[in-house]
Amino acid sequence: MNFNATLIGQMIAFGVFWWFCSKLVWPLIIKGLEDRKTRIADGLAAAEKGQHELQLANKRSSEILHEGKEQSKTYITQAQKRADEIVEEAKENARREGERILTAARAEIDQERQMAREALRREVATLALAGAEQILMREVNRDVHRDVLNRISAGL
Amino acid sequence: MSEQTHAAEETLTSTAYLKHHLQNMVFGKLPAGYERHDGSVLEQDAWTMAHSPEEAVDMGFWSLNVDSMGWSIGLALIFVMVFRKVAKSMTLGVPGGLQNVVEILVEFADTSVRETFHGRSHPAVAPLALTIFCWILLMNTMDLVPVDLLPLLAQKLSGDPHLYFKVVPTTDPNITFGFSISVFLLIIYYSIRIKGLGGFIGELALHPFGKWMLPANLILEGITLLARPVSLALRLFGNLYAGELLFLLVAMLGYFQLPGHFVWAVFHLLVIPLQAYIFMMLTIIYLGMAHESSH
Repeated sequence: MNFNATLIGQMIAFGVFWWFCSKLVWPLIIKGLEDRKTRIADGLAAAEKGQHELQLANKRSSEILHEGKEQSKTYITQAQKRADEIVEEAKENARREGERILTAARAEIDQERQMAREALRREVATLALAGAEQILMREVNRDVHRDVLNRISAGL
Repeated sequence: MSEQTHAAEETLTSTAYLKHHLQNMVFGKLPAGYERHDGSVLEQDAWTMAHSPEEAVDMGFWSLNVDSMGWSIGLALIFVMVFRKVAKSMTLGVPGGLQNVVEILVEFADTSVRETFHGRSHPAVAPLALTIFCWILLMNTMDLVPVDLLPLLAQKLSGDPHLYFKVVPTTDPNITFGFSISVFLLIIYYSIRIKGLGGFIGELALHPFGKWMLPANLILEGITLLARPVSLALRLFGNLYAGELLFLLVAMLGYFQLPGHFVWAVFHLLVIPLQAYIFMMLTIIYLGMAHESSH
């Protein structure tokens, strides 16, 4: 245990290294630690925010899904109704068309019958005239008795 | 030891071995007419290395323990360079191995200071605590290097078979007192800065018995104050000196020394950080007390 200048040397060295540590080492490391702390805190806050937003988004998406389902249901019912209507309409149209065709056909048949009757009448008149000619043996003048003949054919 | 001194080594007694290992390498001035260890007489004053413990003592106060000082500064340089390197390349992301260690040590010092300083850190005391802890830890760790390894290496390199070479700076009271006297000066500096000169002297003179027992107060408080650096330095020095001594004793056991070294190294592994921690903690506590005006 003999003391010498090493004591003073050590004190000076201690002062120097303390100064170095407190000026050039300590603040940098503490700053780094603080920065990391805030960064971690920020990260955690952001994560929490993200989680919250995710929850909101989940809720929103389920809402939208629900809404969509409802909407599609109404669309389907509407479409069904419309389809029913269209079918009804088509049925009605078809019925009307059928009726129209039927009436037209009837009218045509009437017309045909009329024409046939007309032709028949004319033929009967001719036939009756020919018969009368045969009977009267050419005595009868066709032009003189035309009025009579016409009256007969009209009476048929 | 080299070949020439092999014969001398045979007769080397345990006492001589211990004495040799416990002597620092001292550089200092010997006066003219001084009879050296080898019998030669100096013709004029000479700055030289001491070749015996007596020479080291005769060099007086203005001599230097080259080995203690060298290892002390060398280890401190390792400490500041490693920490400076990490401090400059601090990443905010996941820290690597070295950065992790440095951060743990810094936070450890910071927390210890906060605990004593009521939750606040201190811009000067916290780095002081870190410096003390890391530096003393490194110095104490030198105790785990096999006792003869570095001295033998130094003897071979220097070519001087009698070279004194102590590698554990904390087994040198100059180093431990260097720490504790610096801390003592800081205690006084902060006491006066915080409480004022009057407050500091009042604290010494008026407690614990009141002003009518002023001399008794001064003696009691003065002893308390002075006991701090002395106990700080002697505790560290005593523990490490004893540890070193035991390593030296074990080293003389022949082949049985190997398990002996192992067992003692395991025990010493506890002492090394513990002493560094105690020194740091007491420094913080003393400086914390200097910051508090309540008594």
